[in-house]
Amino acid sequence: MKHSLVTIANLTKEKIEYLVEMAQEFEKYPNRKILEGKVLATLFFEPSTRTRLSFETAANRLGARVIGFTDPKVTSSTKGETLKDTIIMVGGYADIIVMRHYLEGAALYASEVAPVPVVNAGDGANQHPTQTMLDLYSIYKTQGTLENLNIHLVGDLKYGRTVHSLLMAMRHFNPTFHFIAPKELAMPEEYKQYCREHGIKFVEHEDFNEDIISQADILYMTRVQRERFTDLMEYERVKDVYVLKAAMLEKAKENMRILHPLPRVNEIAYDVDEDPHAYYFQQAKNGLYAREAIICDALGLTIEDVRNDKTIIL
Amino acid sequence: MKREEQLVVKIENGTVIDHIPSSKLFEVINLLHLEEIKESAVVIGYNLESKKFGRKSLIKVFNKYFTDAELNLLSVVAPNVTLCIIKNFEVVEKKKVVMPKEVRGIVKCANPKCITNNEPMETVFHSNGEEKHTLTCHYCSKEQSLEGLKLVN
Repeated sequence: MKHSLVTIANLTKEKIEYLVEMAQEFEKYPNRKILEGKVLATLFFEPSTRTRLSFETAANRLGARVIGFTDPKVTSSTKGETLKDTIIMVGGYADIIVMRHYLEGAALYASEVAPVPVVNAGDGANQHPTQTMLDLYSIYKTQGTLENLNIHLVGDLKYGRTVHSLLMAMRHFNPTFHFIAPKELAMPEEYKQYCREHGIKFVEHEDFNEDIISQADILYMTRVQRERFTDLMEYERVKDVYVLKAAMLEKAKENMRILHPLPRVNEIAYDVDEDPHAYYFQQAKNGLYAREAIICDALGLTIEDVRNDKTIIL
Repeated sequence: MKREEQLVVKIENGTVIDHIPSSKLFEVINLLHLEEIKESAVVIGYNLESKKFGRKSLIKVFNKYFTDAELNLLSVVAPNVTLCIIKNFEVVEKKKVVMPKEVRGIVKCANPKCITNNEPMETVFHSNGEEKHTLTCHYCSKEQSLEGLKLVN
C-alpha cells in the first residue's frame, strides 16, 4: 500500500500516536535489515544537508540502499525537465522517494504522479512533516504525553514553517500555546484563526523572560533572521531580546525541555548547552527514529512488522 | 434606454446569461467557449444600462443549452449572473450558478511559488463555500479571494 507523507495537517490523532509508537520501537533497536533489498531515492531540489543526512542515515541503518542528488544543478531540471518526468523516472528505479523542493505544493503533486510513495522533506514555505514528527516524538519522550502541555514558541513565528506545522499537529492534544515574538515576526492571523477554530488556547507575548519561561513544558526556540525585517532599526532593537541564556532558566519547571529545529546561530547562548533543560541535540537524534518510522510506514510496513522483525542488529 | 433595450433581440430557443459584470464579460465568453459555436447565433450585449446594476453585460446564445457543470464554471468569475433557459420565446427555467466543490483547470493560483505556476499541470482548487468567496489551492494550500483570480490561459 502506497502511503505518502505530504503534510502533517491531515494526519489523525491515531496516526500521529501510531507513528510516535513506531519511532519508539526504532529507538529501542535502530539498526536492522528490515529494508534490505529496498532502494530509497533522496531528491533534493534545494540543498538541506541536515535533513538529507538524517534520511540517509535512517535508510542505511535499516539496510536500504540510497540513490539521489543533493544539488539540482546537476540534474535535468536545469535542462527544463518537468518535475513529473523526474518523479516518474526515479519512481521506476526506487521503492520510495524522499523529496525536498523549493516550490510549495511540489510534494503533493509528486505524490499524485509517482508510482511509489513520496515523503515530503520540505516543500518551500509550505510543509515539513518529518520535522514535525520528530518534534512530536521529542515532546512525547520528554513529557511522557502529548496531552495538555504548555508549549512556548519563541522567535520568528511569522515565517517559521516548523512552528506552524507543530501548531496544527498539536490540535488533537489540548495544548496551551504561548507565542513569544517581536511584532514584525508575530504569529500570522491565519494561524491564530486556526487556533480559534480548533479550540487551541493561546497567549501572545512580546517579552521573553524567566517568568514567562517558568510556565513552559516545552520551550521551542527559532532563529530570528536579520533578512526577515523590513525595518532594520527594529531588528537591532529586538535581536538580543529573543536570546535564551542559562540564567533565564532558574524558575523553569523541572520537566521543561528546550527544543530548536537547528541550525542554531545565537538565539540559544552556549551556556545553555550544559543545562539539563537543553534537549535540541537529542531532538535532532530523535529525527533518525522518527524518519525510520516514517520510511517504513510509507513502504507499507506496520508496527507489528517492526515488533516482529527478526533482522535486528544488536 | 429604450433604444438599448431594442438592441438585444428576443430569442426563440436558447440560453440567456444576464447581469454579467461588464469587466467579466470576456472571461465568461472564454469559460463557455462561445468562440467555438459555429452553427447558431450568439448575441453579446456589452455595457448595457441596468436599473439595478448601473452597467451590465449579457449574452444570448441561440439554440444551445449548457450543462450545469459548464454553467457552474461561471461561479468563479461571475457568481451573481442570472441564467434563463428559453423555449418558444418563454423563460421555462431560471437557474443560479452554484460554486462547484472542486474547480479544475479554470483559474491560476495567485502564489508565484506554487508548483502549479511552475509546472505544466492542471490547477485544482477547493471551494470554501458560497458565503466565503474564496478558493484554496489544492497544492500550496493558499486561500485566495475570487475577485483577484485570473483565468488559466
